[in-house]
Amino acid sequence: MGFEVLFKGSNMLRLLSGMLVALRISLISVLISIVFGVALGSLMSLKKPAITVASKIYLEFIRIMPQMVLLFLVYFGTTKALGINMSAETASIIVFSLWGTAEMSDLVRGALGGIPAIQYESSYSLGMTTFQTYVYVIIPQIIRRMLPLSINLITRMIKTTSLVMMIGIVEVLKVGQQIIEANRKSSPNAAFGVYATVFLLYFVVCYVISMFSKHLEKKWKN
Amino acid sequence: MEEILNISNLTKRYDDLVVLDHVNLSVKKGEVIVLVGTSGCGKSTFLRCINALEKIQEGKVSLDGEVINPAGGKLNTVRERIGMVFQSYDLFPHKTVLQNMILAPVKVKKINKKEAEKEALALLDRVGLLSKKDSYPHQLSGGQKQRVAIVRALMMHPEVLLLDEITAALDPEMVREVLDVVISLAREGRTMIIVTHELTFARAVADRMIFIDGGKIVEEGSPEEFFNHPKTDRLKKFLDSFSYD
Repeated sequence: MGFEVLFKGSNMLRLLSGMLVALRISLISVLISIVFGVALGSLMSLKKPAITVASKIYLEFIRIMPQMVLLFLVYFGTTKALGINMSAETASIIVFSLWGTAEMSDLVRGALGGIPAIQYESSYSLGMTTFQTYVYVIIPQIIRRMLPLSINLITRMIKTTSLVMMIGIVEVLKVGQQIIEANRKSSPNAAFGVYATVFLLYFVVCYVISMFSKHLEKKWKN
Repeated sequence: MEEILNISNLTKRYDDLVVLDHVNLSVKKGEVIVLVGTSGCGKSTFLRCINALEKIQEGKVSLDGEVINPAGGKLNTVRERIGMVFQSYDLFPHKTVLQNMILAPVKVKKINKKEAEKEALALLDRVGLLSKKDSYPHQLSGGQKQRVAIVRALMMHPEVLLLDEITAALDPEMVREVLDVVISLAREGRTMIIVTHELTFARAVADRMIFIDGGKIVEEGSPEEFFNHPKTDRLKKFLDSFSYD
C-alpha cells in the first residue's frame, strides 16, 4: 500500500516537520488575523462611511482573489515591482493574514452588530464603565457568537496552507512529494501511503481544533 | 419630604426634531411617579435622559444637588445611584441569574463576593425566584427575567429606580407577577419613576401621575384627579383611547 516508505530512514520525521511548517504559517497568520480582525471589525461597526467603503473594497478584493493568485502577487509581484526581498514564508504569512483579517473582521462586525443596544445600556445603568462593560458583558458574548465560524475559518486557513508549496516552501505536501519521488523505484505505491498519511495529519489537526470548539460550545450553550 | 431628583428645563433634540421641550420635574424622596403618554411622546427618552443614557441639549438633571446630566467625567458613579430596568434584553445571557446580580456590586462597588451573593439570594427569595439562581436567562420566562432585572438593579442600592415599560414585551399572564414586585417596592418607600401603559397598575402605584404629549408635561396630578377629573382635552382623549364603552 505504500506505507512502508514512511518507515525508511527519517521519512516520517520529515513529514511531521513539514506539517509543523504548515502549522507555523497558519498559527502565526491566525494570531495576526485575530488581532487585526478584531480591530478592523470594531472600526467597521462604527459605521463611518469612509471605513465602511474601504473595508468593503478590501473584503471583496480578498474574497474574489484566489489565494494562489494572492500568493504569487505578493511573493513574485512585489519582489520585482517594489524591489522588496522577502522569504516565501513571510510572503505566505502576509497573504494568509490579509485573508484571515478580512474574514475575521466581518465575523467581528456581525457579532458586534447582533448585540442589542440594551446590553450596553443596562450595563451602564448598573454603574459599569465602558471598559467594564466590554470586558464583562460584550466581549464574552462576542466570543461565544463568533466561535463556530472562527473555528471554521481557522481550519480553512490550515488546509489552504498546502498552496504555499507553489512558492517553494517545503511543507508537509511538498515533503510528501519528495519522499514519493525519491522512492519511485523501490516503492512504486508510495503515493497512496504518503498522501494518505498527509491526509491523516491534516485530519488530526483540524479534528482536534474542531473538538475543542465543540467542547467550548457545549460549555457555553447557555 | 425632601427633594431627591430635580429636572429643570430639560430639552432633548435630534437635529431639528424636538423630543423633549423644556421639561421641569421635581421628585421627592419615596415618591412614585408614573409617566404616561402616546408612543413617541418622549416619555422613554425622558427616563433615559435622567441617567444620562441620552445627551441633553439644554437644562440639567440633578440628583441630591449633584448635576448628573450634562454629566462630567464620573458618569458611572452617578449611574450607580440610579437603577434602570428596560423593556427586555436587560439580563446578560452568558451569566446565570446569580452572576447577573452580583456582577456590578462586585466589580463596581467592590463588595465581597460572598456578601453580594447572600444579598442576591435574599432578594431572589423575596421575588420567588430562589430556585432559579443558577439558571441562565434563556431558561426563564419573560416575567421571571423582568423580576430578576428588577432585583439586579436593587443590588446597587439605587436612590431612584427608573422603570421603562418593563411589562410591554411580556405575555399578558406574566404582567401581574412583575407589577406585584413593583407595588411591593412602592410600599417600602422606594423612589421610582415608571413609564407604563398599564393604567390600572399606574393608578394603584402612583403618588403622582404625569401625562406627556409632544415633548411637554401637559398635565399632572394625583391619580384620583388625573383619572377621574382630567383637566386638559388632550389627557381626556388619551384616557378615552383606553376604554371601549
